[in-house]
Parts: sequence; C-alpha cells; structure tokens
Amino acid sequence: MAFLSYLISGMGLGSVYAIIALGYTMVYGIAKMLNFAHGDVIMIGAYTAFYCLTVFKLSTFASIVITVVLCTVLGILIERLAYRPLRKASSLAVLITAIGVSYFLQNLAQILFGTDPKVFPELMRNSTFALFDEQLTLSFKTLLTIIVCILIMIFLIVFVNKTKTGKAMRACSQDKEAAQLMGINVDNTISITFAIGSGLAAIAAILLCITYSTFTPTLGSMPGIKAFTAAVFGGIGSIPGAFIGGLLLGIIETLTKAYLSTQLSDAIVFMVLIIVLLIKPSGLLGKRIHEKV
Amino acid sequence: MKKMCEKIFDKKHISRTISYLVVIAGFIIIQLMMNTVGIKSLFRSLLVPTCCYIVAALSLNLVVGVSGELSLGHSGFMSVGAFVGIIISGLLEPYLAINWLRLLIAMFVGGLVAGIVGLFISVPVLKLQGDYLAIVTLAFCQIIKSLLNNIYLGVANNGLHFSFIQNKVVLSNGGRMLLSGPMGATATTRIATFTAGFLLILFSLLIIYNLTYSRFGRTIMAARDNRIAAESVGIHIRNTKMLAFVISAILAGMSGALFGLNYSTLQPAKFDFNLSILILVYVVLGGLGNMTGTIFATIILYVLPELLRGLQDYRILIYSIILILIMLVTNNQNLKEKVETLIMKIKTRFLKKGSAAND
Repeated sequence: MAFLSYLISGMGLGSVYAIIALGYTMVYGIAKMLNFAHGDVIMIGAYTAFYCLTVFKLSTFASIVITVVLCTVLGILIERLAYRPLRKASSLAVLITAIGVSYFLQNLAQILFGTDPKVFPELMRNSTFALFDEQLTLSFKTLLTIIVCILIMIFLIVFVNKTKTGKAMRACSQDKEAAQLMGINVDNTISITFAIGSGLAAIAAILLCITYSTFTPTLGSMPGIKAFTAAVFGGIGSIPGAFIGGLLLGIIETLTKAYLSTQLSDAIVFMVLIIVLLIKPSGLLGKRIHEKV
Repeated sequence: MKKMCEKIFDKKHISRTISYLVVIAGFIIIQLMMNTVGIKSLFRSLLVPTCCYIVAALSLNLVVGVSGELSLGHSGFMSVGAFVGIIISGLLEPYLAINWLRLLIAMFVGGLVAGIVGLFISVPVLKLQGDYLAIVTLAFCQIIKSLLNNIYLGVANNGLHFSFIQNKVVLSNGGRMLLSGPMGATATTRIATFTAGFLLILFSLLIIYNLTYSRFGRTIMAARDNRIAAESVGIHIRNTKMLAFVISAILAGMSGALFGLNYSTLQPAKFDFNLSILILVYVVLGGLGNMTGTIFATIILYVLPELLRGLQDYRILIYSIILILIMLVTNNQNLKEKVETLIMKIKTRFLKKGSAAND
C-alpha cells in the first residue's frame, strides 16, 4: 500500500512536470527552439497569483484567470520581441537569446519582488480521503493536479488534431515554407503556440505553489530543467510523449526518493534519461527522422 | 628563420598569430601595471578566474565551434578537475612545499581525470545527435554535481577516509577533511597564480590551434559541415568527435583545477547548469570556432558585470538586456543593416566636422 501511495504522489509531481513539458514540446515542435525562458514564465505566474490573492484580495477563480492571461501575454511578448527577429538565425543564436530572456525575467523578479521566499496562501484545505480500510490516504491536491493534467492533455490533442489552428500548427512544424505557400500565417501560428505554452506554464505555476507553498525568483529553474528532460524523455515535439515523459519522471523521482536515496534522486533520474535515450535515441514516442543525402 | 616568419605571418595562420600576440600582450600589460601603477584588489581577484573561464570557453569552442556539437554540461568537467585538483594538492601539501610544482601536478591530474570522465561520457553522448546530445551532456553535468555533493573525503596519519552519502568519516588528531559533501572543499591552500593562468591559456591555444590546423582539424570540420559526405570519404565520425570531446574535457578539467585552487572554499553547487550556460554564452558571442573572439568575449562579459557593480541589483538585468540586444543586432538582417547605416551616418558626420575644422 505504501508503494501505491508513493506511486500516486509521484503521478502528482509528474503531472506538474508534464504540464510544463507540454509547453516546451509544443514550442519545440513548431519553432525548433529550446525555450529556456519557459521556467521563468512559471515563476512570473507564481508571483502574479500570489499578489492577486494576497495584496489585491481577489477570489481564487479571478486570480487564476488573471495569472493565465498575464502569462499568455508575456509569452506572446517574449516571442514578438526576442524570438521573431531571429526566425532565420542559427539555432544557437536563438538559444542564447532565450537564455538572455531567462536572466532578464529572473532578475526583474528579484528587483520587483525581492529574493526572500514568499508563502503562498492556502487555496484549499488539505483534505485527504482514505481508501481500502484507511490503508491508503490520498490528498485532494494530488488528485486535482492529476485530473487537471489529463484534461489539459485531452484538450491539446483535440485542439491540435481537430481544429483549423491545430492543423496550421502541424503544417508549420512539418514545413514552414510549404505551409506559407498554402496560405498559413506562420508568424501568427507560432505566436499562438507560445501563447498556449505560456498559459500552461501559468497553470503549472499555480499547481506548483499549491503543492510546495513557498517560492522564490528561482522557482522555475529546477522544474524547468526537469520538464525539459521529461519532454526529451517522451520524444520532443510529441504531445502524448511529453505527458508520458513527465509522469514517468515524476514517478521515478518519487520512488527513488522513497526507496533508494533522497540525495541521489537527481542523479538516478538523469541516469534513467540517458539509458532511455541510448535505447531509443529520439525519446519514447519521438519520430526518428532519417537523414537524406 | 625566413621560413618560420613566413609560416607565422602567412594568411592562413594570421588568426593564430593574433591570438598568441593578444594573450602575451595582455599578460605583459597587466604585469607591468601590477608592478608600477598597481591594480585595484577587486581586479586582482578577477585575474585568475578570468583565465580559467577563458580556457573553459576555448575548450568548449573546440566542441561547439570546431566539432559542431552543442554541449550544455561543460561545467561538469570543470568541477571534476577542480575537486580532483584540490584533493591532489591537499594530499601533496605535507610532502611538497614548492607551490608551483604542486599546482602543476594538480592541474595535470585534474585534467587527466576529467579527460577519462569525458571519454566515458563521450561513448553514449556521441551516439546521439543535435538537441538530444545537448540534453545528455546536461544530464551528465547534473549527475556529476549530484555525486560530488555526496562525497566525504578526509585524510589523516593513517591514510585516506572516504564515505558516500552520509558523513561517516572520523579523523584522528591532525586529520583534515578534503571534501565534505555539499560544503565542498573548505580549507584549500590557495596556490593558483595569474602566471599559471596565462601559461594555461597559451597551452590550450597551442593544443587547439595545432589540432584545428592539422589533418585532424580538417576531418572534424568536414564531419561538422557535412556528416554524410565526410563519412563517404572514409572519415570515422565518432572517433574524430570523441577525440575533440576528450581534449576539450581535459582542458576544461585543467581550468577547473586552477579555479578550485584559487579559492579557499568551493562548493560543488558552484559548477551548475548556469555556469555551463555562461561559458556557452562566451563561446557564441566570441564566434564559433574563433579563438581570439572567445578570449575577448570572455574578458568583456566576465568583467562587465563586475564593472557594473556600482549599479548593484540592476547589473544582471542590464547584462541580460545587452546580451539580447547583441544577439538581435548580430543575427537579424534588418537590424544589422540599420545599425550599419547608423554607424555610417555618424562616421560621415564626424568626418565632415573634422574636415570643416581643418579648413
């Protein structure tokens, strides 16, 4: 039973990773860039939600809406100002710009909000309920995180496969020039992708804050790296891949912390990643692209 | 003699000559300044780290620029070199009083161990390509940091004491802890000198230039520019890339050893993902494959935030804005042209003024 409860809390953590990884993977799929500033959008989201709830004393629902809207706008702004001018530049130049944006957001947050850790208000009572004659207790927060993640994943799959915008996204990710010839506005499609990714980052920020309750301007960096790993783990560019990668990463991390070693959990997680990539060089669900002469 | 002169100044090798001249001139100027005018202690404390970062950036440029593979885990090799160097120096301290010799041995062994680690890592890393390769180097960097965070090593009269994860090291009287987990090295004797840093830069330039201007350099650049074409003329891609990777790891390890022996305390957390990224920024801004550019970029970008110290909290903010602007201006065709015309306008205006004044 202990194993089952670890498994479920691992799924909770993994769901947060999965939501962040979905943002990474969608942006990568279309713009072919590693958006290192993604983790910092999460951090900005956490501060927005915090100030909405504590200083402006807004309701939970209003705070969530404002956070999502603000992060979406931030994502579009970053794309317009920093990444769009570099559409034709080398991928390394875009990577360095993304790092610059990440530094910028982190230090802006340090100046605006200070470096001291903030305590996130309780959004919900930490109610638990017991199953199997009280042998297994589940926390409501964990279940909520998992449900939110599954809903987001279903929404994204439907969106990408069934709507016109989704079709445009898939076309852009396959061949930008051909998509342009078919009358697709590539720039707008990329902006929409960034908007969705940043909106997801906002939701991830709120879920992270509900689970961990204290946060600092560096909140986004470690979950950012982990989620990035998760996206690669599942095959970068693939939506179900990011979901599975995130969940597996969370489960592996929680189980190693519980049974093997707390200090070495990071090392073990990354070791598993390397082994998976050695067996399947483009991730679990990634497509293998063959080089043509 | 004439032949040598021709070789030094011929067109193909001019960039190499410039690199050496820049480094030597920089060293002489700083030495002169130290002996005559004197340098602020803030700047003096920056000298050795700047040398270390230059060597690390040069070695990363061998992987990213010359061999064309993005590595995000370069700080891992630096940390291996640093802590091996600290251990070696700490062990030799009672027996070897000559500081520079101890530093040399520590740097040599640090580089060697980092090279061995690099060899192990390169086997799985070079099976992958592109961003997958980058993420695996990042993963190795995290693994190295996480392992070093859990190593406890002490030395006493009756030998070495080692424990993993939990600190179980009990030392008899007179024993010293060399590494104590997340605290890292806590009582290192500082033996790194600016001269050693200067010599290390020269050494890495010598190795990198001799590699890139040799047969090996041509094969590796062929493999970078067109993998399939290179393979079809019989180049063993993985072996050439592996050699570049291992040499890069050795140089990074040596720079790490020098870095480690420059501070009395050093935590493994210092060598994190951010440091790898910082070095990558130096390489990209300096120019891929351009060693002189890398040296200048490192000096400017490492010293710039220190110069901005007066602005306190805002310095990294300004630094990041400058970084984004540089990338936009140098990589966007429209912006590049605009800036160029602006510079031209300013130039013509100044020239006009100058000629008017002459009249």
